[in-house]
Parts: sequence; structure tokens; C-alpha cells
Amino acid sequence: MTALAIADDALIAAQRLLAWVSRAPTMEEDVALANIALDQLGVARALLSSLGDEDELAFHREAHEFRNCLLVELPDDPGGSVWGDFGVLTAKLLFLAAYQKMLYDRLADSEPGALGAVAAKARKESAYHLDHATQWTLRLGDGTAESHGRMQDAVDALWPYTHELTGLIERADWLAIVEPVLAKATLARPADGWQPTGGRVGRHTEHLSYLLAEMQSTHRAHPGATW
Amino acid sequence: MSLYEVFVRPRRGLSHTHVGSLHAEDAASALRYARDLYTRREEGVSIWVVPAAALTASSPDERDAFFDPAADKVYRHPTFYEVPDGAPGI
Repeated sequence: MTALAIADDALIAAQRLLAWVSRAPTMEEDVALANIALDQLGVARALLSSLGDEDELAFHREAHEFRNCLLVELPDDPGGSVWGDFGVLTAKLLFLAAYQKMLYDRLADSEPGALGAVAAKARKESAYHLDHATQWTLRLGDGTAESHGRMQDAVDALWPYTHELTGLIERADWLAIVEPVLAKATLARPADGWQPTGGRVGRHTEHLSYLLAEMQSTHRAHPGATW
Repeated sequence: MSLYEVFVRPRRGLSHTHVGSLHAEDAASALRYARDLYTRREEGVSIWVVPAAALTASSPDERDAFFDPAADKVYRHPTFYEVPDGAPGI
């Protein structure tokens, strides 16, 4: 687990979240998601800057050079709807925030230098992201038949990708946070089966390339441009 | 979705002040949205959210009856006292 992997998780998560700006169900949720996205971007910028030139690292690497986990690069709707699915967004945020919260807690207590300092700030932000995702998981999972069904579909679809959320933290610890939330939300905890990995060594899904094409296009078209 | 009024206390020792309103599913989410909407630039240390339906407000139509009579009652202001020298905090 390197600082680059942690930075890339945050960067790609931010890019996915920012696609929801102006598309969330309510204006209030719109701002909440933008806040979470900017928290993620803040972590990414701080860590990338500690590793080198942040623009170079964010905008001039190819997909195989990114070290983020597969979960964050998945579209918010595996079905491919243009507008995304809020259940998928919620499940992704729940799984990611539970992982990041534990990871940052660990790093803040153990790492000297930039990584520990960033983690000490980010742990509070992640606690809030986890709370936000938990509230929505409960509301949707224990809501109407429609919201329960879509939330369960999202959890089922994303569950295999959560096996990659290890490294510095144990899966058992992650499950100890996530399983009670699912249970309270009347959602079934999926069985462990297929366990796709590869993000940490640069083997990504095709979705990352499309995401990067959009994220990097402006910078590549106008190198060195400033506001 | 119901309407909530948001009150924020800027820092310890000050009162909560009305800062705006928002729509939320319930009180718990209203509190969280208030945090995101109204305290993102370090505006506060405490938040209250109140269902807008729970507020009883004076009506603009009643303004004359409510507030004008106070205008000419200068004796209600504590300006008719000699403040003794050395009285602190006045």
C-alpha cells in the first residue's frame, strides 16, 4: 500500500463524485456530494504534491500507471444509465468511506511526515462520509420496495470489488463496520465469491480509461493553461 | 421532504442565529445538510434545525399593532438614570 495508491483512490473517487454535481436528487444532496468530492480531491492533491508534480501525476499518467482500487473507478451505474444510479453511488461511498476511515486512522497514528499529516485531517472527513453513506443506506435499504431493491442490486454488484480494500487493514475489521449497517438497512450481506483485483498493480477495468479521457482532456489540450 | 429552518451559533458564548432554510427528509438529515450548506466556511460550532411548520411567526399585517406602540415610549429605555461614577459594566 503506497501513498500513490491512497492518492489515486481519492482522486478517482473525487472525479466520479463530481459527475453528480447538478444531478443529485435534491439541491441539498448536491452540495453534500460536492463537499465529499472536494474532501477526496484535497487528500489527492496533498498526497500527489508530496510525491511530485500534482498536475503531472494527475493528468499525464496513463490508466495502467494508476494504482487506485477498482471500486472507485466503476461507473455509478453498472447498467450504463447516463444519469447514474443513486443506490450504486451510496453503496460505493459506504464501502469506500468505511475503508478510508480505518486506513486514515491507522496512518494518522503510525506514519510520520506528509502521509500521517494528511491522514490526521482526512480521518475526520472520512468519518463524515461514512455517516452520510450510512444514513442513505438505511433510508434506501429500509425504505420502499423500489429503493430496497435498487440498493440491494447495488450492494450485490459492488461486493466483489470490496475484496481489494485491504492492505493495511484487515477485511474482518472492514466487515465489522459494514455488516451492521447492511443488517440495519434490511439488506442481505452478499456471499463472498468472485474477488477481482488488479487496481493496485495497474490492471484496471475499461471504465478507468474513459474516466481519465474526460478528466485529462482539458489539461492535455491546453498544457500549462492557468485561470 | 419538509422545510427546516437552520440556526447556527458562530462561537461559544454567542446565541444561535437564523441563517436560512433547507429541505430534508427528516431532522437527522436536515442537521447534516445544514452542516454542508451553512458551516462549510467555519461559520459555526453548533447547529439547530427546526421544522418550519413548528414556528409561529408574527404577520406583516400585524406589524402596526405589534411594534408601532413601542416607538414613543422612551421611558422604557434606561436613559433616565444617573449612572454612578465607578459603576462597571454599564
